[in-house]
Amino acid sequence: MEQKDFIPIVQLCEHYRVEISFFNDLHDMGLINITTLEKTSCLHQEKIRDVEKMIRIHQELNINTEGIDAVFNLLQKIDVLQNELNMLHNRLRLYENDYK
Amino acid sequence: MTYIDYYKVLGINKKATENDIKKAYRKMARKYHPDLNPDDKEAERKFKEINEANEVLSNPENRKKYDKYGKDWKHAEEFEKAQQQRQYHGSTRQRGSGQYSEEDFSDFFSSMFGGGSAKSRGRNVQFRGQDYNAELQLELKDVYRTHKRTLTVNGKNIRLTIPAGVRNGQVIKIKGHGGEGINGGPRGDLHIKFSISNHSKFKRDKDNLYTTIDLDLYKALLGGEVVIDTFDGKVKLKVKPETKNLTKVKLKGKGFPVYKKEGHFGDLYITYQIKIPTKLSDKEKELFEELAKLR
Repeated sequence: MEQKDFIPIVQLCEHYRVEISFFNDLHDMGLINITTLEKTSCLHQEKIRDVEKMIRIHQELNINTEGIDAVFNLLQKIDVLQNELNMLHNRLRLYENDYK
Repeated sequence: MTYIDYYKVLGINKKATENDIKKAYRKMARKYHPDLNPDDKEAERKFKEINEANEVLSNPENRKKYDKYGKDWKHAEEFEKAQQQRQYHGSTRQRGSGQYSEEDFSDFFSSMFGGGSAKSRGRNVQFRGQDYNAELQLELKDVYRTHKRTLTVNGKNIRLTIPAGVRNGQVIKIKGHGGEGINGGPRGDLHIKFSISNHSKFKRDKDNLYTTIDLDLYKALLGGEVVIDTFDGKVKLKVKPETKNLTKVKLKGKGFPVYKKEGHFGDLYITYQIKIPTKLSDKEKELFEELAKLR
């Protein structure tokens, strides 16, 4: 991982107009991983997509960080279930034609 | 263009207070927000609708205008006033998830309140562009080998490598091929979902293939050879004497390629279905009777 791949948290706060405490809370919840580089708290750019989603959920739906944590856990479960459903659907195709 | 009853959209009546509107909007936004309903087009449509309703009803000036002219929006004269106010800047609250542009507003909204440009309403924040979702329909035989394909997404041609072994329902992400970013933000991504239909004689489960072949009675009893078509060409297979009906044989490494693991293949399972001869001649009947006596 190169240093250029990290974005300072203060820059993100300014960009998305959120308090630094919001990022700290997300970090405490284990939803993001804040890395300190040259005494600056940074976030890896790969996580930006998720962070944007968290900010939208926070700002547009008035959901606090505990709620975001719950939402993300449930979304992950949905993702797992969706994959399982796809897998089962594909497996079902093995037998479908036998009854036609 | 059809008249949209914004009160109905938010499930409130015309006497609703600002607080009622806010509560109704929050409740519905939590239900239909696109981040909470991934890949749900209906939820996305509904979310845009409730945003639009909130955009109008949460602003007292717009609400007044809507209440006055809403139902008669087709009468141009009555809208003269509204047209003059196309400089509308909307509420101070930022709308939507930042992934929507003016096309997300209905024609009805645009004709009453002017365009719905994100720039005119929100602060000048950069947003990542919208992610595009596309579905690519392929045949099972198409994904047996890695190949390139040109897709046209939103008028642009994208040359795409489709790796062998991709599965039905699998989604791959092509970075930076989504919608333009807002205010100079990065482009969104393109998500391609593979819909793989199978008209071959093979059935697929993950990387394994299954097929049933007919075996004549004599070959099943006495043994011999059969030639089987696979995606990789013909394979000659020895049949053991006294093979029972529905016997399964595994051909290792003759199944489907493993996704992104070059040179790795699943297995091919063959089930023998023994065909009993019909329309026996007198001679055949006689011989079978003799055989029966021997048993």
